[in-house]
Amino acid sequence: MAEQEFINCGIGAMLKVTVEDGVITRMRPLRLTEEDGGRWTIEAKGKKFSDPRKTTINPFNIAERMRVYSENRIKYPMKRKNFDPDGERHPELRGKDEYVRISWDEAYDIWVKEITRIRETYGPAAVTSFVSSHHNYGLLYYKMGPMPRFFNILGYTQLLDNPDSWEGWHWGSMHTWGWYWRFGQSDAFDMLAEAMKHTEQVIYWSVDPNTSAGGYGGQETVIWREWLRELGIGGIFIDPYCNSTSAHMADKWLAPRPGTDAALAQAIAYQWIADDTYDHWFIENRTVHFDEWKAYIMGEGEDGIAKSPEWAAPICDIPAHTIKAVAKQWASKKSMLATGTQYGTAGACRNSFATEWCSLMIHLAAMMGIGKDGVNLWGGTAHGAPLDMSFKSAGYSDMGWDVFGLVAKQATFPERNTVSQRVYRIMLPEAILDGHIEWLGEGFCVQYPEQQFKPMQYPEPGPNGAEIRMIHRHGGSFISTMTDTSKWVRMYQSPKLEFVVMQDCHWQSETKFGDLIFPASTNFEHADISEWAQPGGYGNGNVNCNHRILMYQQKCIEPLWESKPDYQIYCELADRLGFLEEYSEGNSEEDWIKKVFDYTDLPKYTTYEAFKEKGYFVVPSLPEDYKPTVSNKWYYEGRPVDTPDRFNPLMGTDKSTQLATPSGKIEFIRTRLQERFPDDEERPPMPRYIPLFEGHETKGLVDKYPLIMMTPHAKYSYHTHQDNKIKWLDDIRQHRIIKDGYAYWPFRMNPADAEARGIKDGDIVMAYNDRAKVLGVALVTERCRPGLVHSYQAGAKYDPLEPGNADSVDRGGCVNLLSPSRMTSKNAYGEANMSFLVEVCKWEA
Amino acid sequence: MTRYGMVINVDRCVGCYNCFLTCRDEHAGNDYPGYAAPQPMSGGNWTKLLELERGQYPHVKVNYVKVMCKHCDSPNCAKAASNGAVHKRADGIVIIDPVKAKGQKQIVDACPYRCIEWNEEAQLPQKCTMCAHLLDKGEPEPRCVESCPSGALVFGDLDDPDSAVSKLVASGKTEAMHPEYKLKDKVTYIKLPKKFVAGTVILGDVDEVAVGADVKLTADGKTWTVKTNGFGDFEVEGLPANTIFTVDVAAAGYKAASCEAKTSKDVYLGEIVLAK
Repeated sequence: MAEQEFINCGIGAMLKVTVEDGVITRMRPLRLTEEDGGRWTIEAKGKKFSDPRKTTINPFNIAERMRVYSENRIKYPMKRKNFDPDGERHPELRGKDEYVRISWDEAYDIWVKEITRIRETYGPAAVTSFVSSHHNYGLLYYKMGPMPRFFNILGYTQLLDNPDSWEGWHWGSMHTWGWYWRFGQSDAFDMLAEAMKHTEQVIYWSVDPNTSAGGYGGQETVIWREWLRELGIGGIFIDPYCNSTSAHMADKWLAPRPGTDAALAQAIAYQWIADDTYDHWFIENRTVHFDEWKAYIMGEGEDGIAKSPEWAAPICDIPAHTIKAVAKQWASKKSMLATGTQYGTAGACRNSFATEWCSLMIHLAAMMGIGKDGVNLWGGTAHGAPLDMSFKSAGYSDMGWDVFGLVAKQATFPERNTVSQRVYRIMLPEAILDGHIEWLGEGFCVQYPEQQFKPMQYPEPGPNGAEIRMIHRHGGSFISTMTDTSKWVRMYQSPKLEFVVMQDCHWQSETKFGDLIFPASTNFEHADISEWAQPGGYGNGNVNCNHRILMYQQKCIEPLWESKPDYQIYCELADRLGFLEEYSEGNSEEDWIKKVFDYTDLPKYTTYEAFKEKGYFVVPSLPEDYKPTVSNKWYYEGRPVDTPDRFNPLMGTDKSTQLATPSGKIEFIRTRLQERFPDDEERPPMPRYIPLFEGHETKGLVDKYPLIMMTPHAKYSYHTHQDNKIKWLDDIRQHRIIKDGYAYWPFRMNPADAEARGIKDGDIVMAYNDRAKVLGVALVTERCRPGLVHSYQAGAKYDPLEPGNADSVDRGGCVNLLSPSRMTSKNAYGEANMSFLVEVCKWEA
Repeated sequence: MTRYGMVINVDRCVGCYNCFLTCRDEHAGNDYPGYAAPQPMSGGNWTKLLELERGQYPHVKVNYVKVMCKHCDSPNCAKAASNGAVHKRADGIVIIDPVKAKGQKQIVDACPYRCIEWNEEAQLPQKCTMCAHLLDKGEPEPRCVESCPSGALVFGDLDDPDSAVSKLVASGKTEAMHPEYKLKDKVTYIKLPKKFVAGTVILGDVDEVAVGADVKLTADGKTWTVKTNGFGDFEVEGLPANTIFTVDVAAAGYKAASCEAKTSKDVYLGEIVLAK
């Protein structure tokens, strides 16, 4: 058979897939032709820079064919050996039981019988279903696609996702400057040209673009930072670990102790006030309550302590003269503060009390005069190529939890779900094990600012609430991505859970806790439609690419083994329960794709057949006379908001020159918090440094566990989706280190800390605390500041030495077993797993 | 006449490992008769990255050096092969014939760069082919270059003076990894890591960083001078290894300071405090 080429996409890159004789042989980037268009040029400082004419791939997507054919694919429907739906269920064996192969019909029969019994016995609220992010790419097959549509119609207890990657911004800076519809962060439109033309320096604070670029936009922005270097636009990096971008290009690396970033921010503000180098005009005209905060910083506040560099030095463990020098350098040049957004997710915003640092970042941005030429907040240097944002497309979060609802006759979210009971994802184990939880907020709170204050409880009081008895888990694993995850092991073994179903492409860390297993196919085994790297909704316009490219994701191969596309599985289940017509509205996969095509602006430029045949469409270049609408510039200049931030609720109103805070301005005292939680010392109205609840100042605990482990997002696995599925990655030392035939997760340590423990580079070591024991291999490196253990989280598999024992030593490198359940702060229900205390020792089995 | 070559700009390499993974994607399990037999499904290192961590906390950087066949104009491997199993094509690409080379382990040992691997299962010496099977189909560059996101890899015709690769070679910035091997490498490097000496200068009386202080390094009768930057830091890059340097630091109004630095590794001297 001749070689065929198809267009498809992974979470990190659009891909040209080569297939020979029905087998995928290669995954490649796409070379754009002249005819594809989308060209742009930025002129800056006498030089010209044009869009690269080939797309970039991030590493794990190059190796995607290994994932498709991984030995860890779920090949057949399976039933847990000792699970007898008509007799003993043996929930205690979940995690260590064996599996027997069954037919799809048998699997469906068990599923229908069980869900029917559970719904009849306990009510529909006793069923929940949930899904991890990004195990398959595609608009229709995304986590907001076939699964939630199915369960919204059936009625189920929806899991509310905590705002996992944005925590401190969502719970903190939202109250400083609004932007609640974007989790408390501003957009970044037209920022690339702005930076190249006007900026002199970039402050990368708790971001590592060359690592986290892997998500969504491949490595499209790597070249941007090379251009910045070429233009002499330097970079100051602030991160306890000399991260991969910093190691490549930092002019200065500043390594505060984990969780002390807020103290460092206060000291920088102090120096600017002392030197009088801040933007008085902006402070007077665009902010409120600066003077009270200034008094606090200068030592004229309630505590009488000046937050000077000398004050911060012992907290951050950075010499005062270095803090001063950085403050002076920052103030002396037109600087972009590159923190937050996509490349800053899961950084310092995930520390305990991270609300404080996130708000203080906005304080510093305000003092710089955010919005004037070259001075702005450019999250991680992630977004802002000169692209036409007016071209209508669709993103997965445009519709909430039913992406089919974009084009369906009847959307199913939120109205259709007859069950009003909710449960908070990060507390699901407590909900199951304790039978009752309370929390604040409706998950991703992007509807209105007070949404995150809403008191919630489970089970819902009254006749419609019910304890959960059945889990239908779809794609991915929270063991490894959520906090303190051995509690998920305990949860799955609870006899309260009568029936657990796992529907996935691969044997994930969580799959072995299922009673029944449905093998799903990957997005290379069915068709879909999407725009590359377009989240839509709460991330509207956050396209970290050099082109906007819409794709018909072509089916490359037939579903492998007995796997089926998720949409087909849910159609077959809906058919058996009698609501197929309502679920599918008579549409095939292809029909849905066509409807989405018609929804976008694509029909203005191409036909469906041509789009399907070619597989992609590049959004045309901006018109010659396009006038950039740089983010935040409208606010600085006092004009109505002019960016294409289409969900900004103030746009077109009489408040269109304002921010979405009570005052309409940047608030140095968060008045919304002052009104709602005036006495909350963990998130006080005036942001301030608060020591980590597990950090170098935690008396008692720090004697037992003197090292701080920090756990940002990994480079070579998006969540748990690539690790343990692509063997090639195990040969990359920063991903895994093979020792005695096993690929261990690296734990990075400073040489002094390693030596003090008799640990050498390459030793198998154990990181432990009161919560867990996790094995890894010591990677001894000067890139770690003293006292720091660095290990990537949300990437490693969970591989307990004693399967099924929640207290077992893990050798998969699942460091989230070590992280605390405790939330960001008492009224901010975010995960706080960026930094926590551990001790490390040599492992001797 | 086309003569293919590559320049690897170490300063541009972000260490993503795309080249390493792409090579496996192209060759692992894929057969290109006449060019290369399949690379094993795991373990192939026809192109690999050396990760070089340099300096000491808190002055650290990392360079990555892509290591691959240099497609030498005078290839040792061809001389070691019997039966004409290794040949240099008209375009300069050195190919190990996947049929003729069977069993010829001495080809592996002939490469001083250690860029030829022994495929145990196939009993074949194997290495980078510059993706000649793609070039012959009219593609512009090997897969590793195609997947490089930062422009660190520049591929092209060394005999075309207008090609990007020729211009880089003509700039005088490129060098062979081991010029002493005298193999006429067609894969050369920009900014191959040498050694650096760095430090931070502090004005002791006011406890502030010294901006614009003069730093002079001396060794073997040569000197290097540099001024400290806005953070009080200095760094002299590209120094010879295993050399003892005298480091003299001076700032107006302060007593000069002097120390030694030995470049058995990259050196960060820490804070040098100048007294009034």
